[in-house]
Amino acid sequence: MPFTITVNGTSHTVDVDGDTPLLWVLRDVLGMTGTKFGCGMALCGACTVHVDGAPTRSCVTPVDSLGASKITTIEAIGKTEAGARVQKAWLDREVIQCGYCQSGQIMSATALLASNPRPTDTDIDDAMSGNICRCGTYVRIRDAIKQAAKV
Amino acid sequence: MAIITTQAAVADQPSDLSRRKFLATAAAGGAFMLGLRLPGANSAETTFAPNAFIRIGGDGRIVLIMPYVEMGQGTYTSIPMLIAEELEVGLDQVQLEHAPPNAKLYANPLLGEQATGNSNAIRGAWKPLREAGATARTMLVAAAAKRWNVDPTTCRAQGGEVLHVPTGRRIEYGALAADAARIPVPANVALKERKDFKLIGTPAKRLDTPAKVNGTAVYGIDARPSGVKIATLAQSPVFGGRLKSVNDAAALAVKGVRQIVKLDDAVSVVADHMGAAKKGLEALVIEWDEGPHAKLTTAAIAAELEKATLGPGAVAQSVGDAAGAMAGAVTKVDAIYQAPFLAHAAMEPMNCTVHVRSDDCEIWVGTQAIVRCQTGAAKTLGLPLHKVVVHNHLLGGGFGRRLEEDGVVRAVQIARHVDGPVKVVWTREEDIQHDMYRPYWFDRLSAGLDANGMPVAWTHRFAGSSVIARYIPPAFKDGLDPDSTEGAIDLTYALPNLRVEYLRVEPLGIPTAFWRSVGPSHTVFVVESFMDELAAAAKQDPVAYRLALLDKNPRAKAVFALAAEKAGWGQPMPARAGRGVALQFVFGSYMAYVAEVEVAKDGAVRVRRVVCALDCGTVVNPDTVRAQVESGAMFGITAALYGEITLKDGRVEQGNFDSYQILRMNEAPKVEVHVIDNGDPPGGLGEAGTSLILPAVANAIFAATGKRLRKMPVDQAALKQVT
Repeated sequence: MPFTITVNGTSHTVDVDGDTPLLWVLRDVLGMTGTKFGCGMALCGACTVHVDGAPTRSCVTPVDSLGASKITTIEAIGKTEAGARVQKAWLDREVIQCGYCQSGQIMSATALLASNPRPTDTDIDDAMSGNICRCGTYVRIRDAIKQAAKV
Repeated sequence: MAIITTQAAVADQPSDLSRRKFLATAAAGGAFMLGLRLPGANSAETTFAPNAFIRIGGDGRIVLIMPYVEMGQGTYTSIPMLIAEELEVGLDQVQLEHAPPNAKLYANPLLGEQATGNSNAIRGAWKPLREAGATARTMLVAAAAKRWNVDPTTCRAQGGEVLHVPTGRRIEYGALAADAARIPVPANVALKERKDFKLIGTPAKRLDTPAKVNGTAVYGIDARPSGVKIATLAQSPVFGGRLKSVNDAAALAVKGVRQIVKLDDAVSVVADHMGAAKKGLEALVIEWDEGPHAKLTTAAIAAELEKATLGPGAVAQSVGDAAGAMAGAVTKVDAIYQAPFLAHAAMEPMNCTVHVRSDDCEIWVGTQAIVRCQTGAAKTLGLPLHKVVVHNHLLGGGFGRRLEEDGVVRAVQIARHVDGPVKVVWTREEDIQHDMYRPYWFDRLSAGLDANGMPVAWTHRFAGSSVIARYIPPAFKDGLDPDSTEGAIDLTYALPNLRVEYLRVEPLGIPTAFWRSVGPSHTVFVVESFMDELAAAAKQDPVAYRLALLDKNPRAKAVFALAAEKAGWGQPMPARAGRGVALQFVFGSYMAYVAEVEVAKDGAVRVRRVVCALDCGTVVNPDTVRAQVESGAMFGITAALYGEITLKDGRVEQGNFDSYQILRMNEAPKVEVHVIDNGDPPGGLGEAGTSLILPAVANAIFAATGKRLRKMPVDQAALKQVT
């Protein structure tokens, strides 16, 4: 049956099974490929989006669970104040290597700073340890979060 | 000023071949994107293309064509730096384009084929791509001088213009393109001296990252040719098995599932989206004929390798009289080491998009070896090579996995049964369980020490798969290949009597491939761990012991001493914490690590700090050098703490990131990098940081606990505190 979801402020009606993970609706149905597939089991964080501001693994979030929630993806996170700061810090600190996981990293970091403007190292560990980076950019991610927090 | 695609440019790529070429075009907002090169956009009359790497349009666009791929290692910045240095343009003035498959134009001179691997992009590009830039610059200057009717030596190129120094007149490159195209290509051009470098050696901002912070970067998995279907697949869980039967009724009933494709050894579900494809796959009832490897275990493979090492191998290096010196040694030290199979687990799962038409084929993929992809597809379809168009993309990690064309061939096998384009996306479980793995190795080492504890004899015999023998058969000679033995021979240490033997053993039932630092990921672990054992046997400090063997190797000694100094070697550590040191010369670079670890009472190991000193010759992009060390260390720590692929009943036992763990943020150590730049030609760095961290960690664990780990990954149970 059709579901209507709100992504980055725009409503989309999609005709998929209700148990279809949001990830595939975004990537394959709506063509928003900034959100990445890494594991399909909420183990790596590459697919992280915000659902009403909360960092959410879209690979295990059925489309029928979303209701009227507001979904924000990497494509629009720069329009938020925290998201823009995080993106800038990521570039200033040259965090990125292959970059495939970084959409998810940025979404997790932005959610952290939006709710906790001055995170400690432990806060950063707690918020970011669900996001795997195979290139191992963790040291720079930590530095970039701290930079973004200072602004 | 990044490269890379916006989704708009890719979302509805026309599939007709006349519009297939991708080109970097300036986009609003200052970002660059890889877009379509439209016919006639750059007419031959106004375009200056003196070689395969540079195209300057009459419109002023400067396009650099990238023969090496970007998979995180920073080539899409460092390679442009080499060209732009000599071309005299700023990095903000260039646009980048992925090279198409063409080995004649784009072969890596060190590999002999168009491939990105073995940490040699910068080494391979160092001279030719600076020459490419210098050639273009020389011709542009000549064209300007001709137009002004002045002596070319009174002109200078700078910032994308030619300047006539005495008069201050200037012309932009674009306005010179048509004239420059008519200047004969000079046979020899002068390269700039190091003192005149403006870009090389400066910390350039990466060109690929702006598109990677906002979701617009396009990886292979993001390709969306018009009308594309999404497929996923199940391959025989036992390597070499065949498909016996499939009941697909339930799968076909899943909303969005369009088609089931049955192959000899795999089944694929084609659907409107990956959600439906995965659901369909789960609904399939598949029976496999598991074939001859249905009972295979890792232990059986290890036993096969162990047995092989009882006999002699091909002699990789022989110095002095190792047997004689061993017989006369005061002390003898023996050890057996083993290195496990490892998966690549790049964050971007294996994928490939293919459109097979009646007489041609178009492919979208991120690959380290584009010609192999083209060739593999052409063979599968029985098409001539030129009928297979391959569009390369950014890679969400490579690590050697994307040097293999198996994923492209598999996608073509599926796509030939599908009407229209289809993107074949592997689940993470397929990606881990049908990887081609870093080989398993089994090693025997012996050393003879003199009365002072110093090594007078060294023998090392090891067995394992030779990836080179399969991948580049001519490079496997007399039972040896340069990858398997790198790091085991030509050691940095003065060892008067040494014998190293290698036995190629190809275990059946598990495919092997390159991996980040491949051969050295094993040899350096073994050699540097064993050297630590010798220091311990001699009751000497591991740093002092090695330093005494390095007098004839000043570059190695310098990085080694620097790492020890910066790490504060010798300063006290808390209980169950320790420092480990390791040294290597591989991929053309010298590197030393000191790792600090702490071992919990339950045996859990945490790497707290890594100090690196390196000498990779000339540094092109200093920040990339640091980034590659940080990255290599994390990749290697993952292997040291967790990395192991095991087989049971012929099946890979690991499947996703729960059973094949990757180091996470809360476990990541600080990494400090100290660089010695002596102006020698550059060495490679993409992999060096990985191989060296394994022994540094193992040696640190020994320092912390007195337990010598001769097999990775870390055996936590063996490190449990017994009190």
